[in-house]
Amino acid sequence: MAHRWTNDLTQADATPKAAFLNRRQLMAGVAGLASAGFAGSARAMDETLVPNSFEDITSYNNFYEFGTAKDDPKKYAHELTTQPWSIKIDGLVDNPGDYSFEEVLDGMTIEDRLYRFRCVEAWAMNIPWNGFELADLLQKVGVKPEAKYVAFETLVRPEEMRGQRRPTLAWPYREGLRLDEAMHPLTLMATGIYGETMPNQNGAPIRLVVPWKYGFKSIKSIVRITLTDQEPATSWNLANAREYGFYSNVNPNVDHPRWSQATHRMIGGGLFASREPTLMFNGYEKDVASLYEGMDLTKHF
Amino acid sequence: MAIVDHMNAWARRVPMWLVYLIYAAPAPYFFYLGLTGGLGPEPINALEREYGEIALQLLIIGLAITPLRRFVGVNLIRFRRAIGVLAFFYVSLHLLVWLVLDVQILGQIWADILKRTYITVGMAGFLVMLPLVLTSNNWSVRKLGPKWRKLHKLTYVAAILGGAHYLWLVKGIQLEPMIYMAVILGLLATRAIPNRKSAAIPAR
Repeated sequence: MAHRWTNDLTQADATPKAAFLNRRQLMAGVAGLASAGFAGSARAMDETLVPNSFEDITSYNNFYEFGTAKDDPKKYAHELTTQPWSIKIDGLVDNPGDYSFEEVLDGMTIEDRLYRFRCVEAWAMNIPWNGFELADLLQKVGVKPEAKYVAFETLVRPEEMRGQRRPTLAWPYREGLRLDEAMHPLTLMATGIYGETMPNQNGAPIRLVVPWKYGFKSIKSIVRITLTDQEPATSWNLANAREYGFYSNVNPNVDHPRWSQATHRMIGGGLFASREPTLMFNGYEKDVASLYEGMDLTKHF
Repeated sequence: MAIVDHMNAWARRVPMWLVYLIYAAPAPYFFYLGLTGGLGPEPINALEREYGEIALQLLIIGLAITPLRRFVGVNLIRFRRAIGVLAFFYVSLHLLVWLVLDVQILGQIWADILKRTYITVGMAGFLVMLPLVLTSNNWSVRKLGPKWRKLHKLTYVAAILGGAHYLWLVKGIQLEPMIYMAVILGLLATRAIPNRKSAAIPAR
Protein backbone atom coordinates (compact mmCIF):
# COMPACT_ATOMS: atom_id res chain seq x y z
CA MET A 1 0.00 0.00 0.00
CA ALA A 2 2.96 2.35 -0.29
CA HIS A 3 3.02 5.18 -2.84
CA ARG A 4 -0.51 6.32 -2.06
CA TRP A 5 0.73 9.86 -2.00
CA THR A 6 3.04 11.20 -4.63
CA ASN A 7 4.88 14.40 -4.43
CA ASP A 8 3.39 16.82 -6.91
CA LEU A 9 5.56 19.60 -5.67
CA THR A 10 8.82 19.27 -7.43
CA GLN A 11 11.48 17.32 -9.10
CA ALA A 12 13.73 18.11 -6.20
CA ASP A 13 12.77 15.10 -4.12
CA ALA A 14 14.96 13.22 -6.50
CA THR A 15 17.81 15.58 -5.74
CA PRO A 16 20.80 13.53 -4.74
CA LYS A 17 23.40 14.38 -2.13
CA ALA A 18 24.78 16.92 -4.57
CA ALA A 19 22.29 19.35 -3.14
CA PHE A 20 24.04 19.50 0.16
CA LEU A 21 27.51 18.85 -1.13
CA ASN A 22 27.30 21.84 -3.37
CA ARG A 23 24.21 23.89 -3.91
CA ARG A 24 25.53 25.12 -7.21
CA GLN A 25 25.49 21.62 -8.56
CA LEU A 26 21.83 21.28 -7.63
CA MET A 27 20.29 22.31 -10.88
CA ALA A 28 22.76 20.35 -12.97
CA GLY A 29 22.15 17.25 -10.87
CA VAL A 30 18.41 17.54 -11.16
CA ALA A 31 18.61 18.09 -14.88
CA GLY A 32 20.71 14.98 -15.23
CA LEU A 33 18.30 12.88 -13.23
CA ALA A 34 15.32 14.28 -15.07
CA SER A 35 16.74 13.28 -18.42
CA ALA A 36 17.37 9.84 -16.98
CA GLY A 37 13.64 9.62 -16.42
CA PHE A 38 14.19 9.44 -12.70
CA ALA A 39 12.60 12.59 -11.46
CA GLY A 40 8.92 11.90 -11.57
CA SER A 41 6.27 13.01 -13.95
CA ALA A 42 5.64 16.26 -15.71
CA ARG A 43 2.90 17.22 -13.30
CA ALA A 44 5.60 17.62 -10.70
CA MET A 45 6.20 21.11 -11.94
CA ASP A 46 3.35 23.21 -10.59
CA GLU A 47 5.36 24.36 -7.64
CA THR A 48 8.98 24.23 -6.71
CA LEU A 49 10.08 23.24 -3.27
CA VAL A 50 13.80 23.62 -2.79
CA PRO A 51 15.13 21.37 -0.05
CA ASN A 52 17.24 22.88 2.70
CA SER A 53 20.84 21.76 2.82
CA PHE A 54 21.79 18.68 4.82
CA GLU A 55 23.87 21.05 6.97
CA ASP A 56 20.85 23.25 7.80
CA ILE A 57 18.62 20.29 8.55
CA THR A 58 21.15 18.66 10.86
CA SER A 59 22.45 21.71 12.72
CA TYR A 60 19.29 23.62 13.68
CA ASN A 61 17.09 21.33 15.73
CA ASN A 62 14.62 21.30 18.55
CA PHE A 63 15.24 18.03 20.36
CA TYR A 64 15.00 18.95 24.03
CA GLU A 65 16.22 15.49 25.03
CA PHE A 66 19.66 16.85 24.17
CA GLY A 67 19.23 20.44 25.38
CA THR A 68 17.15 23.48 24.56
CA ALA A 69 19.63 25.36 22.36
CA LYS A 70 19.24 24.88 18.63
CA ASP A 71 22.77 23.51 18.31
CA ASP A 72 22.60 21.22 21.37
CA PRO A 73 21.20 18.24 19.42
CA LYS A 74 24.05 18.44 16.92
CA LYS A 75 26.58 18.73 19.74
CA TYR A 76 25.28 15.97 21.98
CA ALA A 77 23.10 13.55 20.01
CA HIS A 78 26.14 11.46 19.07
CA GLU A 79 26.10 10.19 22.66
CA LEU A 80 22.96 8.22 21.85
CA THR A 81 23.29 4.61 20.73
CA THR A 82 20.57 3.57 18.31
CA GLN A 83 21.55 -0.06 17.85
CA PRO A 84 19.91 -2.26 18.91
CA TRP A 85 16.55 -0.51 18.71
CA SER A 86 13.08 -1.81 19.20
CA ILE A 87 9.58 -0.41 19.28
CA LYS A 88 6.94 -1.72 21.63
CA ILE A 89 3.65 -1.79 19.78
CA ASP A 90 0.76 -2.36 22.12
CA GLY A 91 -2.81 -1.47 22.98
CA LEU A 92 -5.64 -2.18 20.57
CA VAL A 93 -3.62 -4.15 18.02
CA ASP A 94 -3.89 -7.74 16.79
CA ASN A 95 -0.19 -8.47 17.11
CA PRO A 96 1.26 -6.57 20.05
CA GLY A 97 4.89 -7.02 20.97
CA ASP A 98 8.42 -5.68 20.93
CA TYR A 99 9.46 -5.25 17.33
CA SER A 100 13.11 -4.85 16.53
CA PHE A 101 13.97 -2.02 14.15
CA GLU A 102 14.56 -4.64 11.43
CA GLU A 103 11.19 -6.25 12.09
CA VAL A 104 9.49 -2.88 11.89
CA LEU A 105 11.08 -2.21 8.51
CA ASP A 106 10.27 -5.67 7.17
CA GLY A 107 7.82 -5.35 4.30
CA MET A 108 7.84 -1.55 4.34
CA THR A 109 8.59 0.45 1.20
CA ILE A 110 10.98 3.32 1.79
CA GLU A 111 10.04 6.33 -0.30
CA ASP A 112 11.49 9.79 -0.84
CA ARG A 113 9.18 12.49 0.44
CA LEU A 114 10.13 16.13 0.19
CA TYR A 115 7.92 17.88 2.73
CA ARG A 116 7.57 21.34 4.14
CA PHE A 117 8.42 21.41 7.83
CA ARG A 118 6.92 24.24 9.90
CA CYS A 119 8.00 24.70 13.51
CA VAL A 120 5.56 26.19 16.00
CA GLU A 121 8.27 28.83 16.63
CA ALA A 122 7.56 30.29 13.19
CA TRP A 123 10.53 29.00 11.24
CA ALA A 124 10.46 26.44 8.46
CA MET A 125 12.54 24.14 6.29
CA ASN A 126 11.96 21.86 3.35
CA ILE A 127 13.22 18.38 4.13
CA PRO A 128 13.75 15.42 1.80
CA TRP A 129 12.78 12.55 4.09
CA ASN A 130 13.08 8.86 3.43
CA GLY A 131 10.52 6.69 5.11
CA PHE A 132 7.43 4.55 4.89
CA GLU A 133 3.80 5.29 5.50
CA LEU A 134 2.71 4.76 9.08
CA ALA A 135 -0.48 3.25 7.68
CA ASP A 136 1.54 0.33 6.32
CA LEU A 137 3.04 -0.43 9.71
CA LEU A 138 -0.34 -0.16 11.41
CA GLN A 139 -1.79 -2.50 8.84
CA LYS A 140 1.02 -4.96 9.47
CA VAL A 141 0.37 -5.13 13.20
CA GLY A 142 -3.40 -5.06 12.74
CA VAL A 143 -5.50 -2.29 14.23
CA LYS A 144 -8.53 -3.40 16.24
CA PRO A 145 -11.82 -1.74 15.26
CA GLU A 146 -12.18 -0.04 18.67
CA ALA A 147 -8.93 1.91 18.19
CA LYS A 148 -9.41 5.63 17.63
CA TYR A 149 -6.01 7.14 18.41
CA VAL A 150 -2.30 6.36 18.16
CA ALA A 151 0.05 7.35 20.96
CA PHE A 152 3.83 7.60 20.58
CA GLU A 153 6.71 7.77 23.04
CA THR A 154 10.34 8.78 22.68
CA LEU A 155 13.18 6.87 24.32
CA VAL A 156 14.11 7.86 27.88
CA ARG A 157 17.81 7.38 28.50
CA PRO A 158 19.26 10.28 30.47
CA GLU A 159 22.74 8.71 30.44
CA GLU A 160 22.83 9.28 26.70
CA MET A 161 20.28 12.06 26.38
CA ARG A 162 21.63 14.79 28.62
CA GLY A 163 18.65 17.08 28.21
CA GLN A 164 16.57 14.51 30.05
CA ARG A 165 18.56 15.18 33.21
CA ARG A 166 16.55 18.39 33.46
CA PRO A 167 12.78 18.60 33.78
CA THR A 168 12.35 20.79 30.69
CA LEU A 169 9.38 18.59 29.80
CA ALA A 170 7.81 15.59 31.50
CA TRP A 171 9.78 12.70 29.99
CA PRO A 172 9.16 10.58 28.05
CA TYR A 173 8.19 12.90 25.24
CA ARG A 174 4.73 11.88 24.16
CA GLU A 175 2.74 12.57 21.03
CA GLY A 176 -0.47 11.35 19.51
CA LEU A 177 -2.64 11.35 16.41
CA ARG A 178 -6.21 10.54 15.66
CA LEU A 179 -6.35 7.21 13.82
CA ASP A 180 -7.46 8.81 10.55
CA GLU A 181 -4.54 11.24 10.77
CA ALA A 182 -2.19 8.34 11.45
CA MET A 183 -3.55 6.41 8.48
CA HIS A 184 -3.28 9.37 6.11
CA PRO A 185 -0.87 8.70 3.25
CA LEU A 186 1.10 11.87 4.08
CA THR A 187 1.94 10.55 7.56
CA LEU A 188 5.43 9.14 7.40
CA MET A 189 7.69 7.07 9.60
CA ALA A 190 11.03 8.51 8.55
CA THR A 191 14.30 6.60 8.71
CA GLY A 192 16.52 8.91 6.71
CA ILE A 193 17.21 12.30 5.16
CA TYR A 194 18.75 12.83 1.70
CA GLY A 195 19.14 9.08 1.45
CA GLU A 196 21.38 9.03 4.51
CA THR A 197 20.58 7.11 7.67
CA MET A 198 18.59 9.36 10.01
CA PRO A 199 21.08 11.54 11.88
CA ASN A 200 20.74 11.22 15.66
CA GLN A 201 19.88 14.90 16.08
CA ASN A 202 16.91 14.46 13.72
CA GLY A 203 15.39 11.56 15.65
CA ALA A 204 17.33 8.41 14.82
CA PRO A 205 16.67 5.72 14.05
CA ILE A 206 13.01 6.29 13.36
CA ARG A 207 10.64 9.21 13.78
CA LEU A 208 7.23 10.42 12.82
CA VAL A 209 6.68 13.12 10.18
CA VAL A 210 3.28 14.78 9.94
CA PRO A 211 3.89 17.64 7.51
CA TRP A 212 0.63 19.53 8.02
CA LYS A 213 1.16 19.85 11.77
CA TYR A 214 3.67 21.90 13.75
CA GLY A 215 7.01 20.17 13.99
CA PHE A 216 6.71 19.11 17.63
CA LYS A 217 3.98 16.63 16.62
CA SER A 218 6.58 14.76 14.58
CA ILE A 219 7.99 12.83 17.53
CA LYS A 220 11.56 11.56 17.31
CA SER A 221 13.40 8.37 18.31
CA ILE A 222 10.22 6.39 18.85
CA VAL A 223 10.25 3.38 21.20
CA ARG A 224 6.56 2.86 21.72
CA ILE A 225 3.39 3.01 19.65
CA THR A 226 0.09 2.40 21.41
CA LEU A 227 -3.32 2.09 19.78
CA THR A 228 -6.01 3.41 22.07
CA ASP A 229 -9.63 4.47 22.16
CA GLN A 230 -8.90 7.66 24.11
CA GLU A 231 -7.16 10.85 23.09
CA PRO A 232 -3.62 10.37 24.39
CA ALA A 233 -1.79 12.91 26.54
CA THR A 234 0.85 14.83 24.59
CA SER A 235 3.96 16.47 26.03
CA TRP A 236 3.51 20.08 24.97
CA ASN A 237 -0.17 19.99 25.80
CA LEU A 238 0.74 18.71 29.27
CA ALA A 239 3.33 21.46 29.63
CA ASN A 240 1.04 24.28 28.51
CA ALA A 241 -2.47 23.44 27.35
CA ARG A 242 -3.28 27.06 26.58
CA GLU A 243 -0.49 27.24 24.00
CA TYR A 244 -0.36 23.74 22.51
CA GLY A 245 -3.46 21.80 21.53
CA PHE A 246 -3.76 18.12 20.67
CA TYR A 247 -4.22 18.83 16.96
CA SER A 248 -1.63 21.57 16.43
CA ASN A 249 -2.35 21.81 12.73
CA VAL A 250 -0.39 24.53 10.97
CA ASN A 251 -2.87 27.38 10.78
CA PRO A 252 -1.92 30.96 9.89
CA ASN A 253 -5.24 32.21 11.27
CA VAL A 254 -4.80 30.89 14.79
CA ASP A 255 -1.93 32.56 16.58
CA HIS A 256 0.19 31.08 19.30
CA PRO A 257 -0.70 33.11 22.40
CA ARG A 258 2.83 34.56 22.42
CA TRP A 259 3.46 35.09 18.71
CA SER A 260 1.80 35.28 15.34
CA GLN A 261 1.59 32.19 13.14
CA ALA A 262 0.70 34.17 10.02
CA THR A 263 4.25 34.15 8.69
CA HIS A 264 7.46 32.20 9.10
CA ARG A 265 11.07 32.43 8.09
CA MET A 266 12.82 29.80 6.02
CA ILE A 267 15.99 28.55 7.63
CA GLY A 268 19.14 29.15 5.64
CA GLY A 269 18.23 32.56 4.26
CA GLY A 270 20.90 34.39 6.23
CA LEU A 271 20.74 37.62 8.18
CA PHE A 272 18.41 39.38 5.75
CA ALA A 273 15.94 36.58 5.04
CA SER A 274 12.39 37.85 4.77
CA ARG A 275 9.27 36.28 6.21
CA GLU A 276 6.94 34.24 4.09
CA PRO A 277 3.22 33.73 4.53
CA THR A 278 2.36 30.47 6.28
CA LEU A 279 -0.09 28.30 4.36
CA MET A 280 -3.17 26.62 5.80
CA PHE A 281 -2.24 23.09 6.86
CA ASN A 282 1.28 24.02 5.80
CA GLY A 283 0.27 23.82 2.14
CA TYR A 284 -1.37 20.40 2.40
CA GLU A 285 -4.90 21.76 2.62
CA LYS A 286 -6.29 19.82 -0.32
CA ASP A 287 -4.86 16.60 1.12
CA VAL A 288 -6.00 16.92 4.71
CA ALA A 289 -8.71 19.59 5.10
CA SER A 290 -11.41 16.92 4.84
CA LEU A 291 -10.12 15.31 8.06
CA TYR A 292 -11.28 18.34 9.99
CA GLU A 293 -14.55 19.12 8.25
CA GLY A 294 -17.05 20.70 10.62
CA MET A 295 -14.46 21.22 13.38
CA ASP A 296 -13.88 24.65 14.86
CA LEU A 297 -10.13 24.94 14.35
CA THR A 298 -9.82 27.90 16.70
CA LYS A 299 -11.17 25.66 19.45
CA HIS A 300 -9.39 22.47 18.37
CA PHE A 301 -6.08 24.22 17.75
CA MET B 1 41.87 43.02 52.41
CA ALA B 2 44.94 43.20 50.23
CA ILE B 3 43.13 41.75 47.23
CA VAL B 4 40.31 44.24 47.55
CA ASP B 5 42.78 47.12 47.79
CA HIS B 6 44.61 45.89 44.72
CA MET B 7 41.36 45.62 42.83
CA ASN B 8 40.34 49.12 43.82
CA ALA B 9 43.70 50.52 42.83
CA TRP B 10 43.50 48.72 39.52
CA ALA B 11 39.93 49.86 38.93
CA ARG B 12 40.99 53.48 39.41
CA ARG B 13 43.60 53.15 36.68
CA VAL B 14 41.45 51.57 33.94
CA PRO B 15 40.64 54.25 31.37
CA MET B 16 36.93 54.61 30.72
CA TRP B 17 37.27 54.52 26.93
CA LEU B 18 38.71 51.03 27.27
CA VAL B 19 35.58 49.84 29.08
CA TYR B 20 33.40 51.22 26.30
CA LEU B 21 35.61 49.72 23.64
CA ILE B 22 35.79 46.25 25.17
CA TYR B 23 32.11 46.07 25.83
CA ALA B 24 30.98 47.58 22.53
CA ALA B 25 33.15 45.18 20.52
CA PRO B 26 30.77 42.17 20.72
CA ALA B 27 28.11 44.16 18.82
CA PRO B 28 29.92 44.32 15.46
CA TYR B 29 31.55 40.96 16.15
CA PHE B 30 28.25 39.09 16.45
CA PHE B 31 26.84 40.98 13.49
CA TYR B 32 29.81 39.85 11.45
CA LEU B 33 29.33 36.27 12.65
CA GLY B 34 25.68 36.46 11.64
CA LEU B 35 26.65 37.66 8.17
CA THR B 36 29.22 34.94 7.65
CA GLY B 37 27.37 31.91 8.99
CA GLY B 38 29.02 31.86 12.40
CA LEU B 39 25.68 32.05 14.21
CA GLY B 40 24.23 28.97 12.55
CA PRO B 41 21.60 28.62 9.84
CA GLU B 42 19.15 31.03 11.54
CA PRO B 43 21.31 34.05 12.39
CA ILE B 44 18.48 36.54 12.95
CA ASN B 45 17.12 34.91 16.06
CA ALA B 46 20.63 34.10 17.25
CA LEU B 47 21.78 37.72 16.92
CA GLU B 48 18.65 38.96 18.66
CA ARG B 49 19.39 36.62 21.56
CA GLU B 50 23.07 37.52 21.80
CA TYR B 51 22.32 41.24 22.05
CA GLY B 52 19.47 40.67 24.47
CA GLU B 53 21.55 38.46 26.71
CA ILE B 54 24.47 40.92 26.82
CA ALA B 55 22.01 43.70 27.73
CA LEU B 56 20.62 41.64 30.57
CA GLN B 57 24.10 40.78 31.81
CA LEU B 58 25.06 44.46 31.79
CA LEU B 59 21.94 45.34 33.77
CA ILE B 60 22.96 42.70 36.31
CA ILE B 61 26.55 43.98 36.49
CA GLY B 62 25.13 47.45 37.06
CA LEU B 63 22.97 46.19 39.91
CA ALA B 64 25.95 44.36 41.46
CA ILE B 65 28.11 47.45 41.84
CA THR B 66 26.45 48.84 44.96
CA PRO B 67 26.35 45.55 46.92
CA LEU B 68 29.93 44.82 45.85
CA ARG B 69 31.06 48.03 47.47
CA ARG B 70 28.87 47.66 50.52
CA PHE B 71 29.57 44.04 51.36
CA VAL B 72 32.90 43.28 49.72
CA GLY B 73 34.53 46.67 49.64
CA VAL B 74 35.30 46.60 45.92
CA ASN B 75 34.58 50.00 44.48
CA LEU B 76 33.53 50.00 40.83
CA ILE B 77 31.20 52.98 41.10
CA ARG B 78 33.05 54.92 38.44
CA PHE B 79 32.10 52.29 35.85
CA ARG B 80 28.42 52.36 36.62
CA ARG B 81 27.49 54.99 34.08
CA ALA B 82 29.36 53.20 31.30
CA ILE B 83 27.71 49.92 32.24
CA GLY B 84 24.27 51.55 32.13
CA VAL B 85 24.84 53.29 28.82
CA LEU B 86 26.19 50.08 27.30
CA ALA B 87 23.16 48.14 28.59
CA PHE B 88 20.94 50.64 26.80
CA PHE B 89 23.09 50.31 23.68
CA TYR B 90 22.54 46.54 23.61
CA VAL B 91 18.84 46.78 24.43
CA SER B 92 18.52 49.16 21.46
CA LEU B 93 20.40 46.78 19.16
CA HIS B 94 18.25 43.90 20.39
CA LEU B 95 15.13 45.92 19.61
CA LEU B 96 16.51 47.01 16.25
CA VAL B 97 17.25 43.43 15.17
CA TRP B 98 13.73 42.48 16.18
CA LEU B 99 12.16 45.38 14.27
CA VAL B 100 14.25 45.40 11.13
CA LEU B 101 15.49 41.84 10.64
CA ASP B 102 13.02 39.68 12.54
CA VAL B 103 9.42 40.91 12.32
CA GLN B 104 9.84 43.31 9.38
CA ILE B 105 6.10 43.77 8.98
CA LEU B 106 4.94 47.06 10.54
CA GLY B 107 1.39 45.90 11.22
CA GLN B 108 2.67 42.82 12.98
CA ILE B 109 5.10 44.87 15.08
CA TRP B 110 2.26 46.85 16.62
CA ALA B 111 0.10 43.78 17.05
CA ASP B 112 2.97 42.01 18.80
CA ILE B 113 3.73 44.91 21.14
CA LEU B 114 0.10 45.14 22.20
CA LYS B 115 -0.90 41.48 22.17
CA ARG B 116 2.18 39.50 23.21
CA THR B 117 2.86 39.86 26.87
CA TYR B 118 6.58 39.15 26.70
CA ILE B 119 7.02 41.73 23.97
CA THR B 120 4.92 44.27 25.88
CA VAL B 121 7.13 43.65 28.90
CA GLY B 122 10.32 43.96 26.87
CA MET B 123 9.11 47.15 25.24
CA ALA B 124 8.23 48.57 28.65
CA GLY B 125 11.78 47.78 29.79
CA PHE B 126 13.19 49.73 26.83
CA LEU B 127 10.94 52.73 27.54
CA VAL B 128 11.91 52.73 31.22
CA MET B 129 15.56 52.95 30.20
CA LEU B 130 15.03 55.97 27.93
CA PRO B 131 14.90 58.63 30.68
CA LEU B 132 17.91 56.97 32.28
CA VAL B 133 20.13 57.20 29.24
CA LEU B 134 18.94 60.75 28.57
CA THR B 135 20.00 61.83 32.05
CA SER B 136 23.29 59.92 32.08
CA ASN B 137 25.35 63.09 31.75
CA ASN B 138 26.96 65.34 34.36
CA TRP B 139 24.70 68.24 33.49
CA SER B 140 21.58 66.19 34.31
CA VAL B 141 23.10 64.92 37.53
CA ARG B 142 23.72 68.51 38.65
CA LYS B 143 20.42 69.81 37.35
CA LEU B 144 18.28 67.08 38.93
CA GLY B 145 20.13 66.91 42.23
CA PRO B 146 18.61 64.39 44.64
CA LYS B 147 15.86 63.65 42.12
CA TRP B 148 18.50 62.06 39.87
CA ARG B 149 19.15 59.25 42.35
CA LYS B 150 15.46 58.62 42.70
CA LEU B 151 14.95 58.58 38.92
CA HIS B 152 17.77 56.11 38.44
CA LYS B 153 16.12 53.61 40.74
CA LEU B 154 14.17 52.86 37.54
CA THR B 155 17.11 50.57 36.77
CA TYR B 156 15.52 48.13 39.22
CA VAL B 157 12.32 48.17 37.18
CA ALA B 158 14.22 47.79 33.91
CA ALA B 159 16.11 44.75 35.22
CA ILE B 160 12.96 43.05 36.47
CA LEU B 161 11.19 43.72 33.17
CA GLY B 162 14.18 42.35 31.28
CA GLY B 163 14.29 39.21 33.40
CA ALA B 164 10.55 38.67 33.03
CA HIS B 165 10.81 39.21 29.26
CA TYR B 166 13.34 36.37 29.06
CA LEU B 167 11.39 34.06 31.39
CA TRP B 168 8.26 34.63 29.34
CA LEU B 169 9.64 33.86 25.92
CA VAL B 170 11.08 30.39 26.44
CA LYS B 171 9.20 27.14 25.96
CA GLY B 172 9.03 24.49 28.66
CA ILE B 173 10.91 24.73 31.94
CA GLN B 174 14.35 26.21 31.23
CA LEU B 175 17.03 26.91 33.78
CA GLU B 176 18.84 29.89 32.25
CA PRO B 177 16.11 32.54 32.42
CA MET B 178 15.31 31.40 35.95
CA ILE B 179 18.93 31.90 36.98
CA TYR B 180 18.95 35.40 35.49
CA MET B 181 15.75 36.31 37.30
CA ALA B 182 17.00 34.84 40.58
CA VAL B 183 20.24 36.85 40.35
CA ILE B 184 18.31 40.05 39.59
CA LEU B 185 15.93 39.53 42.51
CA GLY B 186 18.83 38.55 44.78
CA LEU B 187 20.77 41.71 43.94
CA LEU B 188 17.68 43.84 44.51
CA ALA B 189 17.09 42.07 47.83
CA THR B 190 20.51 43.18 49.08
CA ARG B 191 19.16 46.74 48.99
CA ALA B 192 16.71 45.77 51.71
CA ILE B 193 19.45 44.68 54.14
CA PRO B 194 19.51 47.36 56.85
CA ASN B 195 22.57 49.51 57.17
CA ARG B 196 24.45 48.66 60.33
CA LYS B 197 27.23 51.18 59.86
CA SER B 198 27.08 53.01 63.20
CA ALA B 199 26.95 49.83 65.27
CA ALA B 200 29.37 47.73 63.25
CA ILE B 201 32.16 50.20 62.65
CA PRO B 202 33.57 51.34 65.94
CA ALA B 203 34.63 54.93 66.27
CA ARG B 204 38.32 55.34 65.89
